[in-house]
Amino acid sequence: MKRSFDRRQVLMLGAGAAAIAALGIPGGPAYAKNDYEEVIAKFTGGKTPTPSKVKLDLPEIAENGNTVPMTVSVESPMTPQSHVTDVLVVTDGNPRAGVATFHFSPASGIAEANTRIRLATSQNIIAVAKMNDGSFFTASKAVKVTIGGCGG
Amino acid sequence: MLSRRDFLQVAAATAALVPGGWSQAFAQQRLTQAELLRFEATGNVTLLHIADLHGQLQPLLFREPSINIGVGDAKGLVPHISGRALLDHYKIAPGSAAAYALSSEDFTALAKSYGRLGGLDRIATIVKAVRAERGDRVLLFDGGDTWQNSYTSLITKGQDMVDCLALLRPDAMTGHWEFTLGTDRVKELIEKLGFKFLAQNIRDTEWNEPAFEAMATYDRGGVKIAVIGQAFPYTPIANPRWMIPTWSFGIREDELRANVAKARESGADLVVLLSHNGFDVDRKLASRVSGIDVILTSHTHDALPEVVTVGKTLLIASGCHGKFVSRLDLDVRDKQVKGYRFRLIPVFSDVITADSEMAALIAKIRVPHEKMLGERIGKTDSLLYRRGNFNGTLDDIICDALLSERDAEIALSPGFRWGTSILPGQDITREDIYNATAITYPATYRTTMSGARLKEILEDVADNLFNPDPYYQQGGDMVRVGGMSYTIDVDKPVGNRISDLTVTRTGKPLDPAREYVVSGWASVNEGTEGPPVWEVVMRHIEKKRVVAAAPMSRIRVLQR
Repeated sequence: MKRSFDRRQVLMLGAGAAAIAALGIPGGPAYAKNDYEEVIAKFTGGKTPTPSKVKLDLPEIAENGNTVPMTVSVESPMTPQSHVTDVLVVTDGNPRAGVATFHFSPASGIAEANTRIRLATSQNIIAVAKMNDGSFFTASKAVKVTIGGCGG
Repeated sequence: MLSRRDFLQVAAATAALVPGGWSQAFAQQRLTQAELLRFEATGNVTLLHIADLHGQLQPLLFREPSINIGVGDAKGLVPHISGRALLDHYKIAPGSAAAYALSSEDFTALAKSYGRLGGLDRIATIVKAVRAERGDRVLLFDGGDTWQNSYTSLITKGQDMVDCLALLRPDAMTGHWEFTLGTDRVKELIEKLGFKFLAQNIRDTEWNEPAFEAMATYDRGGVKIAVIGQAFPYTPIANPRWMIPTWSFGIREDELRANVAKARESGADLVVLLSHNGFDVDRKLASRVSGIDVILTSHTHDALPEVVTVGKTLLIASGCHGKFVSRLDLDVRDKQVKGYRFRLIPVFSDVITADSEMAALIAKIRVPHEKMLGERIGKTDSLLYRRGNFNGTLDDIICDALLSERDAEIALSPGFRWGTSILPGQDITREDIYNATAITYPATYRTTMSGARLKEILEDVADNLFNPDPYYQQGGDMVRVGGMSYTIDVDKPVGNRISDLTVTRTGKPLDPAREYVVSGWASVNEGTEGPPVWEVVMRHIEKKRVVAAAPMSRIRVLQR
């Protein structure tokens, strides 16, 4: 008996296939890059953000690449004198780099946002926080999107 | 004491002279129940730990891996030392009872001498003996992977295991394969469990709220003990997510830190993590989450005769299939572990007396099926086993069955770490096949895949095993293959480990552009169609009558 793959199976295998296609070049870059560096440069006005203060909470391996829970938070007193104004979230492996930009003010109380994002393949997620004094901080996390099965 | 060589020679000579069974008695006369249970008690708390029973109620043969490669920081460390190197590492005499229980060395010869290990009735004897000795100081934990992967656990949907474990009276458990019974059945079994099912790392997918109790506290020997449960973090990836669509897992380090802090704040003297993370994940976790005194590890089936320490945390690995019971005595004072003593107790089934109450319940469960399960379907000329990073000989037989019975060019079989071993010359029974295949999603699919896609699948699974960061590993071993061979370089990055893919039948390279007919089982996708894999494998063996497979005939492994 021969059967065809259902949509989910095709999507899952497709996601895995995309990952591997991107990764299959020996000695090449870890992942196929989109224009995420330019998007970050535009956001920071060319400044290099400091890897500190920002925390990205994402699973190491996605249960479902189509809807991956993400929480981004930034250490900040969130006072009129010192607060986060914007947080940019990009990915380096989706067809388009941009994921979301969150806007904050002292009235936000804390600089934390959570949402669900879509990941086409295994890749890095990068968050950049802009502070009211014009400084920038960043964090990144790799998330693996896998075909699944075979565990245990 | 006789050396292994002397011992085997004597055993062989006497076996030739006297009726069968004498050599077994010879080996076992040096083992006694008192000796196996001997333990110089220490401190005020005793933790007992069993894990990864995989539905096995009876004594069995289980060959430990001869290949168990470690990568990244785990390279060259236990549990990634196997065979002779493992014996040397722990200074275990070859041919000894410990060598037989813990390593793959001389498995066939030693199995004939030392017999089967495990049996929940023998485990019950050990648990009762320790409770009698230590009174109210004892806690017993089940690390999970208990309710599935045997015939009776499959057809009773885990009820046989739940009923038998109830007699053992554990204090808590966590889970992994339990979840392949589906949301409703898991909830139903937990409701009547009589002890805690703990999992701090499972949330509901809608509101991200805890779906299970995270922690339980106990007073034992005047010590307040907090136990936090950690289910297998990648259950919805490694196993069908559609069976548990409303539960989300993950390692969830931050939540664990918060739970440890909560335990300490509420006055816990001792914090224990009852974990199904797998050993390498727990070793990394112990270095990142402070305040855990003991991690009772499981999932990766490692049997370690000594405690591994990471900072102040003690890691225990209790093996699988009921082969061992871990006993850890702790001297807890001033909220600190001041001293400990450990023994991994091997459950030699011919040496340890069966507990009559448990034996009676197991017999009652098995009676209706015993005749069918014992039916001989063929014979093997070689040792059949599964455990190891790559195709075991039993996997080769399963893949051969998929190729011939499903008329496929390529076969894929999951790298599960469970399943019993069969000695050369032994009959193969129906139960032997169920022991390697009994799952709730057994359909044997038949489809086409391009050569490129087959490579993608191998690369993907290889990264789940050999990613240098254990948090990105899934546990389980490499997917097994039939109809093709390959070379794997475990140290290469994802996408670059697999090469020399060759179609066995033609001797030609696997063509990335050509479509191949592929048969496999244990697809995590809903609605997969095909006959259950045990039927396919039994039919194949019945036709062949005698089967055999040579170890590692399809895969070449490179590691620097």
